[in-house]
Amino acid sequence: MIKVEKLHKSFGKLHVLKDITTEIKKGEVVAIIGPSGSGKSTLLRCMNLLEVPTEGKVFINGQDITLPKTDILQVRQNIGMVFQHFHLFPHKTVLDNLTYAPLKVKKLSKDVAKQKAMELLKRVGLADKADVFPSRLSGGQKQRVAIARSLAMEPNIMLFDEPTSALDPEMVKEVLDVMKGLADTGMTMAIVTHEMGFAREVADRILFLEDGRLIEDAPPTEFFSTPKSPRAAQFLEKVL
Amino acid sequence: MIDNFKTIWPSVPYILEGLQVTLQLMLFAGLFSLIWGTVLAVLKVSSIKLLKWIAVVYTFYFRGTPLILNVMLFYFSVPQLTGYKIDALEAGFIVLGLNSAAYLSETIRGGILAVDKGQREAAMSLGVPTSRMMIDIIFPQAIKNILPALVNESILLLKDTAIVSVIGGAEIMFRGGVVTGEHYLFFEPLMIVAGLYLVMVFLLTLLGTYLEGRVRRSD
Repeated sequence: MIKVEKLHKSFGKLHVLKDITTEIKKGEVVAIIGPSGSGKSTLLRCMNLLEVPTEGKVFINGQDITLPKTDILQVRQNIGMVFQHFHLFPHKTVLDNLTYAPLKVKKLSKDVAKQKAMELLKRVGLADKADVFPSRLSGGQKQRVAIARSLAMEPNIMLFDEPTSALDPEMVKEVLDVMKGLADTGMTMAIVTHEMGFAREVADRILFLEDGRLIEDAPPTEFFSTPKSPRAAQFLEKVL
Repeated sequence: MIDNFKTIWPSVPYILEGLQVTLQLMLFAGLFSLIWGTVLAVLKVSSIKLLKWIAVVYTFYFRGTPLILNVMLFYFSVPQLTGYKIDALEAGFIVLGLNSAAYLSETIRGGILAVDKGQREAAMSLGVPTSRMMIDIIFPQAIKNILPALVNESILLLKDTAIVSVIGGAEIMFRGGVVTGEHYLFFEPLMIVAGLYLVMVFLLTLLGTYLEGRVRRSD
C-alpha cells in the first residue's frame, strides 16, 4: 500500500533521512518511533508529499507519487493526516471542518456530506459539538475532530504525526481509543508516536529510526523484548 | 464668527454635494485597492520570482513617490501620451487605488504569512487545491488578523481623496476651497469640510468595530 524506496531527505546541509526502504501493507498498523530529531515526522510527511524527498521513491497503491506528473491532490484525498497540533480550521464550526473538503474537493452534496460528518462525529463521541467553533474544544476533543475530519474524505490510509504529544495526560486516552477503534476497522495506519504502550498494543510493526536511518523493523513483541540494535535497547531503557 | 458662518451658509449645500464625489472616490478606489492589493500580496508570497519581483518594484514605486505627484502625473500625462482626455475623477480613482494597493499588499502579505502554516498543511493533506485553500482557509483568517489595519487603510484612503482636488475633482476639499475663494473666508468653510471628514471617519470606525465583532465570533 505504501512503499518507500531508498528515500533521502535533506534540508539544506542537514541530511534528515538516509536511505529508508520499507513497506506498509494494506490493513497494517505501523508505529514509527525513535529519539527526537531522528526523522520520524519527516518520513511520515514524505508519504503524502508534504515534504518532497530529495532522492528515492514513494509509492502509494503502486503509484510513484514523487513523479512530477502524479496528481498529488488526488493521491492526498486517499491519505488522511492527523497533526500534533490538530490544525483545525478555526473560522469554521466543527461540522464545517468535517464537511469542507468533501464538499469542495469531492463535490459531495450538502446533505450527504453533513450526514457523513454527523456519523463520524458520533463515532468519535462529539456529535453534540457539531455547531461549536474549535476554540471551545479541549485538546483531546480537537484531536478527535481532526481525526474525523480526515476520515470524512474516506481515505484508505491514515498518517498520524505525534497525535497525542500536545495533549494533557488525561486526554491522551480518548484519542488513542479512537485510533484503536480505527485500527480495528482494518485501516492502514502509520503513526509517529511516543506512546510506547499504545505502539506495543496496537501496532503490527515497529519502525525504529535513529539519526535518519531505519535501524529496526520488527513486530512489537520482538522489538520491545529483544531489540536487535544497542541503540534501540538504550532508547527503550530510557522510555519504558 | 457666527456672522461668518451665516455668510457662507448658502454655500453649504454646494460643499455637501461633494460628499457624493468623495464617497464614490473612496468606494471605487477602495474596492479596486482591495482586489489589486490582494493580487499583489499573492504575487509577493508566490514562488515565481518574476511575479514577485514585479510586485516588489510596484510597491517600491508607490511607497517611494508622493501621492499628489502621481495624481498629477497620471492626470496630465495620459492625455499627453495617449490623446485620451481623462476625467479628474477617473484619474483620481485609478491613482488612489493603485497607491493604496501598494500599502495594502504589504498588510495583506503580513496577514497571509501570519496564518499558521499548519493550516496550509491541513488543507493540502485533504487534497484541497492551492487556489481554493487561499480563498477558503488562508484569506478568512488573514483578514481577521489584519482587520484593524484595513480600517486604518480605508481611513487614510478616505482622507487621501482630498488630493484629487489638485486636479479639479469636485469633492468636498475642492468645494471648500471654492467657497473660501468666494467669500474670502477661510476658517469657516474649511472647518465645515473638516467636520465632514470627522463624521465619515467616525462612521468608518464604527463599521470597523462591527466587522471585527463579527469575525471574532469564532474565538
